[in-house]
Amino acid sequence: MQTSLDTVATSGTSTRRSPAVTRRSLLLEAVVTAALGLTIGLAPAFSHAAPARGGAANLAMVGEPQGLDPMTSTADLVGTIMQHVYEPLYTFDANWKVAPMLAEGMPTVSKDGLSYTIAIRKGVKLHNGRDLNADDVVASLQRWMELSPRGKAVGKEVASLSAKGPNTVEMKLKQPYAPLLAQLALPSGMAAIMAKESIAPQITQFIGTGPYKFKERRPDQFTVLIRFDQYSARSEAPSGYAGKREALLDELRFVPVPSANTRVEGALSGQFQYADLLPVEATSRIEKGAPAVVPIVTKNFGFPYIVFNTKEGVLASQPMRRAVQTAVGSGELLAAGFGDNRFFVVEPNFFPKGTPYFSDAGSKLYNNRDPKAAKEEAAKAGYDGKPIRIMASRQYEFHYNMALVMSEQLKKAGFKTDLQVVDWATLVQRRNDSKLWDVYFTHSGLFPEPMLSPPQLGDGAPGWWETDSKKKTLAAFNTEVDPAKRSQLWGQVQQTVYDEVPFIEVGKFNSLSARSAKLEGYTPAIWPFFWNTGLAK
Amino acid sequence: MVHFLLRRLAGAVVVLAIVAVLVFLLTRLASGDPVALLLGDQATAADIAKARVQYGLDKPLTTQFFLWLGELAQGNLGQSLFLQRPVAQALLERAEPTLFLAMFAVFIAALIGIPAGMAAAVWRGSAGDQAVSGVAMLGASVPSFWLGLILIQFFAVKLGWFPASGYGDPTASLAERLHHLLLPALVLGLLNSALIIRFTRASMLDILGEDYVRTARAKGLPEGVIMVKHVLRNALVPIVTVLGLTLALMIGGTVVTETVFNLPGVGNLVVRAVLRRDYPVIQGTLLVIAAIYVFINLGVDFIYTLVDPRIRLEAK
Repeated sequence: MQTSLDTVATSGTSTRRSPAVTRRSLLLEAVVTAALGLTIGLAPAFSHAAPARGGAANLAMVGEPQGLDPMTSTADLVGTIMQHVYEPLYTFDANWKVAPMLAEGMPTVSKDGLSYTIAIRKGVKLHNGRDLNADDVVASLQRWMELSPRGKAVGKEVASLSAKGPNTVEMKLKQPYAPLLAQLALPSGMAAIMAKESIAPQITQFIGTGPYKFKERRPDQFTVLIRFDQYSARSEAPSGYAGKREALLDELRFVPVPSANTRVEGALSGQFQYADLLPVEATSRIEKGAPAVVPIVTKNFGFPYIVFNTKEGVLASQPMRRAVQTAVGSGELLAAGFGDNRFFVVEPNFFPKGTPYFSDAGSKLYNNRDPKAAKEEAAKAGYDGKPIRIMASRQYEFHYNMALVMSEQLKKAGFKTDLQVVDWATLVQRRNDSKLWDVYFTHSGLFPEPMLSPPQLGDGAPGWWETDSKKKTLAAFNTEVDPAKRSQLWGQVQQTVYDEVPFIEVGKFNSLSARSAKLEGYTPAIWPFFWNTGLAK
Repeated sequence: MVHFLLRRLAGAVVVLAIVAVLVFLLTRLASGDPVALLLGDQATAADIAKARVQYGLDKPLTTQFFLWLGELAQGNLGQSLFLQRPVAQALLERAEPTLFLAMFAVFIAALIGIPAGMAAAVWRGSAGDQAVSGVAMLGASVPSFWLGLILIQFFAVKLGWFPASGYGDPTASLAERLHHLLLPALVLGLLNSALIIRFTRASMLDILGEDYVRTARAKGLPEGVIMVKHVLRNALVPIVTVLGLTLALMIGGTVVTETVFNLPGVGNLVVRAVLRRDYPVIQGTLLVIAAIYVFINLGVDFIYTLVDPRIRLEAK
């Protein structure tokens, strides 16, 4: 029996839903937030009768992938599609724990945390019919560390990478680096393992090990994947992205449908077996489409955040940013951005309760909306009445709605504001120039590993947050490999963010998608996947 | 007539040269960085700078312009930054749905518009005329996205007669693709028929007042013969013009309909390219659309000369 509403709560997302993803013009249209999510992780598999084998599924996605190279692009859409073609060494299970995929098991880590020895599963077939070996893995990870934005960050930590036999690789680090396995597991900017002979600066042959292989891409029309009959599946039970994968559908057709309304109509008319990221306003229509159409709510899908320019301008001073923080009411912002309170959560913790990185550190500084106190703080900080330049794009309507409300909240606290509404392409360009803005709105997926997003936790991202406190707390967090200790250390990082206000995480939002009731075996996921999924006869 | 056409052709080349300059300048003067969009949030400033060099976007604007002109002179519209293929190929892939849609829509518009306009003119001032004019006014006022959504709701979601969107799956036959195009063509056809009705009515009324129509009636010719042979034929010049221009406008002007129905056409290509700041696609596509528009106009001028001998004589 299918449930009438598929839900998934997760602590992680990706750049999937990161605004970088162009489309994503419409992404936002589609994005919906919500509160909840006491459990983290991909939804446990529902009990299905074994889905049938065969058929093709039309899958309406929010836009056209920027390319199909899963390493160079961190766009969610690229990861969503190409995770069917390529596989990483590790992946995430239903509880967002790292689990082996192409690796035989978890790595052997030296006592000093500097050496990772990874055994690769034997007999895994590449799409060209050859067996996967350690040379493929080394060549792939080298390319990833050279070209992928995520891989480059990892590459800085890696001292050497080499094959130790036909099915073993060894990675040596310069210093302990706790996010390593999560980085290797993420579908976005994926550490995809490719056939060595297909590796080039620009990939033209997509030869991986996944349950589906690439057939054809026609930009703005479709990307078609077909079943790989020689796929070497794992033997463990499916759990999230981990465990056994089986290609039941003959063909996956990813159709770019940027208009959210068109995705809704296509799902209701039965044209699409799956429609990604629908507007929250469509919830009742989708529900009325039952039993033929099943709504899918993905909880804790992502978070909107407000970035501050710490380098120059009126908010370069930390006391000024604190004053702004005091003036801001995140609850009002979320209500303005997402409307329906089933789709957003007002809470100070960056990670949901029940997850390893849950912490209430700094929560006293969240959602204060106290104009009087803010005015006093601004006066003490020497605010001279210069307008605060707030940059937002209507391409993501919730950014704009939140920016409007924030502007009013700041005015109420005595700040002058200059709301600059630009298209997303302009914002992405202007935010790289510290002279042009003080605040901008954006959003990100919620990842299972804190260091994966937002980029302001790393170096050089717009906002240019560089302080001793940041370096100290993050160094301690990143070099600690004991998960329990890391959880505690995350609280210190979160406290530093609240104290220094390089950005404000506004809250969390949920997303809405839909599937045909005929699409059986589907497990809701942040990056939707369609292995183990079939069409009812 | 050859002289007439050559003169028009020379004018067309000048227009296209001006369009090329304007398109390039307007595209580049707009803010926004395709490379920052392409690389995403995780890219560093160094990554972005490196990619700008790779795509030649670091060069001065004038250098980029002349490089583009040089490529154009060789018939090369450039390479898309996002689609990993030449602009010409991207355009060709999208030409079919747009052309079919435009032709289908113009056919529907003519099918509705010409008879309705004729009827309104023949029975001028009657209740039927008022009704046709009212419907035409309504048709001209209805937003295409609204009409599109209503038709999708009724014919695709409720009745299930047509697909809600798209242009068919990869294996779709031509008949299936046309099936996908019927609803969007109906939207465009209905909306554009309003214009055709008004033009046909006005044009017919002009001709109905001509002396030779009165003479034909005095000679006792049957009303049907007068209408078809003497009135409609002479009224066709402005109607052909409108149909031609409508077709030309639709080549690049079906953006909203293509978006609502998710058709992978030229309009969609341009909109998405603008959002992505995919300069080569914007420049190449707009230039081609302008060229099509200009040459359809030329074609219309040519048809004028066939339909109306007076124009032929003037050209001499």
